[in-house]
Amino acid sequence: MRVTVTVNGTEYTRDVEPRLLLIHFLRDELGLTGSHWGCDTSNCGTCVVWLSGKPVKSCTVLTPMADGRAVRTVEDLARNGALDPVQEGFLHCHGLQCGFCTPGMLMTGRWLLDHNPDPSEQEIRAAISGQVCRCTGYENIVRSIRWAADHDS
Amino acid sequence: MTHNGFGRRERKEDPRFLRGRGRFVDDITLPGMLYGAVLRSPQAHARIVSIDVTAAQAHPKVVAVLTGQTMRDPWMTTLSADTQAVLATDKVRFQGQEVAFVVAEDRYSARDALELIDVEYEPLPAVIDARHALDAGAPLIRDDKPGQHDNRIFDWETGDAQRTEDVFRTADVALTQDILYPRVHPAPLETCGVVADFDEVTGKLTVWATTQAPHAHRVLYAGLTGLPEHKIRIVAPDIGGGFGNKVPIYPGYVCAVAASMSIGRPVKWVEDRSENLMSTSFARDFHMRAEIAATREGTILAVRVNVLADHGAFNGTAQPLKFPAGFFGVFTGSYDLRAAYCKVTGVYTNKAPGGVAYSCSFRVTEAVYAIERMVDILAAELDIDPAELRMRNLLRPEQFPYTCQTGWVYDSGDYPRTLSLALDLAGYDKLRAEQATQRSATATMRSATVLTGIGVSFFTEAVGAGPRHQMDILGLGMADGAELRVHPTGTAVLRISVQSQGQGHETTFAQIVAHELGISPDDVEVVHGDTDQTPFGLGTYGSRSTPVSGAATALVARKVRDRAKIVAAAMLEVSPEDLEWEPGRWFVRGDPEAGRTIAEIAMAAHSSLQLPDGIEGHLDATTVYNPPNLTYPCGAYICVVDVDTGTGKVTVRRFIAVDDCGVRINPTIVEGQIHGGLADGIGMALMEVIAFDPEGNCLGGSFMDYLLPTSMECPSWELGETVTPSPHHPFGAKGIGESATVGSPPAVVNAVLDALKPFGIRHADMPLTPAQVWRAIQNRPLRSDQAIQ
Repeated sequence: MRVTVTVNGTEYTRDVEPRLLLIHFLRDELGLTGSHWGCDTSNCGTCVVWLSGKPVKSCTVLTPMADGRAVRTVEDLARNGALDPVQEGFLHCHGLQCGFCTPGMLMTGRWLLDHNPDPSEQEIRAAISGQVCRCTGYENIVRSIRWAADHDS
Repeated sequence: MTHNGFGRRERKEDPRFLRGRGRFVDDITLPGMLYGAVLRSPQAHARIVSIDVTAAQAHPKVVAVLTGQTMRDPWMTTLSADTQAVLATDKVRFQGQEVAFVVAEDRYSARDALELIDVEYEPLPAVIDARHALDAGAPLIRDDKPGQHDNRIFDWETGDAQRTEDVFRTADVALTQDILYPRVHPAPLETCGVVADFDEVTGKLTVWATTQAPHAHRVLYAGLTGLPEHKIRIVAPDIGGGFGNKVPIYPGYVCAVAASMSIGRPVKWVEDRSENLMSTSFARDFHMRAEIAATREGTILAVRVNVLADHGAFNGTAQPLKFPAGFFGVFTGSYDLRAAYCKVTGVYTNKAPGGVAYSCSFRVTEAVYAIERMVDILAAELDIDPAELRMRNLLRPEQFPYTCQTGWVYDSGDYPRTLSLALDLAGYDKLRAEQATQRSATATMRSATVLTGIGVSFFTEAVGAGPRHQMDILGLGMADGAELRVHPTGTAVLRISVQSQGQGHETTFAQIVAHELGISPDDVEVVHGDTDQTPFGLGTYGSRSTPVSGAATALVARKVRDRAKIVAAAMLEVSPEDLEWEPGRWFVRGDPEAGRTIAEIAMAAHSSLQLPDGIEGHLDATTVYNPPNLTYPCGAYICVVDVDTGTGKVTVRRFIAVDDCGVRINPTIVEGQIHGGLADGIGMALMEVIAFDPEGNCLGGSFMDYLLPTSMECPSWELGETVTPSPHHPFGAKGIGESATVGSPPAVVNAVLDALKPFGIRHADMPLTPAQVWRAIQNRPLRSDQAIQ
């Protein structure tokens, strides 16, 4: 079926199978490999992107569900070559090791700060609680998002 | 400007990950690339009657279907020198075993075609509980192996059985406890995968794979494919976590390689999460009977452990060949014992192969868990505070180097200082006082309440394998190479044999070169993970990158520095003996103004300057480092939990970790690795287990069932450090990657059982889920692999 999805501000029209998962549409059809495929069961959150402005797990979204809607991925966070404060926070606070969960964490972190510019540690922990990181024990991810809250302009 | 090199700094690799520009295996797309999918056995043990692939082959998008019948060789050698089926021919031996491999034009069609394969199985009785694997009449799993008449893989022992028995017989106190370290899974967030590309014209095979050991894999692929080794290139691109899961070669890789070689097009295969959890290298599954002997006053005298090790259907572990139970021999722990003995029996079962993974340091995880549980059980028996009991028995600094009762030579440590610091950071005495108050207040309460528990563990790790006269993997010595080139303008390229799965090698190894040459880490490019670009070495696992390859890096930089000295002497027209080094430059002793920087020397070494005889020019060197000993990091961990006796729920309130990993290259990266390992410990202690039903159905095959700790289960970690440099490592480092995963599970379990002390419970197996804790309170805890059934 034919779908039109706006991804990171660019409109894409493609013929896809109705069952095509959004994560595979982004990665295999559009070549946006920043978002990852980690578990298939909505547990790990490596595939988190924004759909109509909200974080979703794109491994459990069918591409036709994104028809006519806007998707934002990690590739859109940096603007004009400058990192988003959330990305800077992860760089400064060592918020990543293998980097596999990072795109999903960044998208959730950005969304949290857009809606709660001054989150407590517990609020940050709650925001990322649907996502798994196997490397950092979460400590530095929490610090990174808090750093971004302190440096958001 | 000169640089010390070591210290906190941001990672060089981060900008690409932060922008979504990492390059993981599944991110690689090649022209004409096909996709593979694996058909897996639904049975734990069954004879294959027939496999019909006709319908699958007729699928319009299917290019090929591989079965064991059509493969050049359906068996492969494992890293423990056993054999493992690539695709099953005679029988399937575990649920999830590989039976057929479909290659199709796209990812979804390959999966669709799996449904079209018709396999007829004749079910056989299965061996699921390792304790019955050696029963008379137990089904024979490996009837494919000539001379294999039961399910025994090996018997291995270490220590002095008689001496240990003598100590036990005369000891005041001797305690025995059955302890199961259940089957868990490393579950890196990136599953395993491969892109195999065979070029029919050049005859060259390129394999991009999720591998922690690309050079060792190249040797294996040479045997598997029949290709000469120089026509094989293995690339480990960015890897999304390894934790030991990506050390072995898996059948999916081999199928993709075989398919690419027969079809002549690139083939990608990436497993899904269930395939990862159900078929790839699990960890632990150690059934231990542990005994401890002591005086009534609390002097620990001896330890004895009898182990039944469940390795699954094939012995697919990766470990030094002379050590079939890994480094479990360090179960003597951190204490000054008079005797120790252990026996380990490895068995086949109808479960996925593995056992050595999940940051276990070749089974040190199990060893530390056994001794640290037993010390706590002894403390409870003698009514001595568990921290005090440890302090009384820890090795003293003056005893190093210390040869333990099983022959391991601990290199260095100041254990009492490390434990003291942890106790101070925790405010241990105050915590105990609060707990006493709480206990007296709740002693008369009949309703459910929340009880505080305080758990202590002290561990000694054995990492950095290893000395080549003792250790090898499939005959390959565990030494690692390094190559360093300094360009004419003074920037450098370092090529190393190990590679990163998130540890930050591009940063820390640049820092090592910077430390040795006094140039900026920004001026050092680290090349890793590509066998065509890097010297031979055995890879990244067992916390061996810094102890082995880090040492190689320091030594190759020192070679360059020595060569630079000779060139500088020629430039300054003095004798090399007259030169002195300070970070970044050689200068004339007594005349600091007369000196040359590394950059100036590098340019001269590439110039028309007349160089002394024997100096060929340029500024580069290679080396191979053969570690003279393992390194022995240590640590003291304290966990504080709150246990709800009504629901059994455990909340980790605080976790204090003091690690001594010797000299730290980049403390930020070291602390990050500790954080991750502590989370692992909470996961294993409280929620993670791969269990099976009696028919061999895997009950942990997705993240819905295999629970991992999230940000909500983890506290904010409280870290401290002591530094006792390794005396034999070039700059005193010891390795840190696995310490916290090794040391933290006993701290959490000890804390929970400490909370439950008023109920008189001695032990309960991990994971201490709410149900397991609640059962323990009822004084009927289950074995962990039964607990979730």
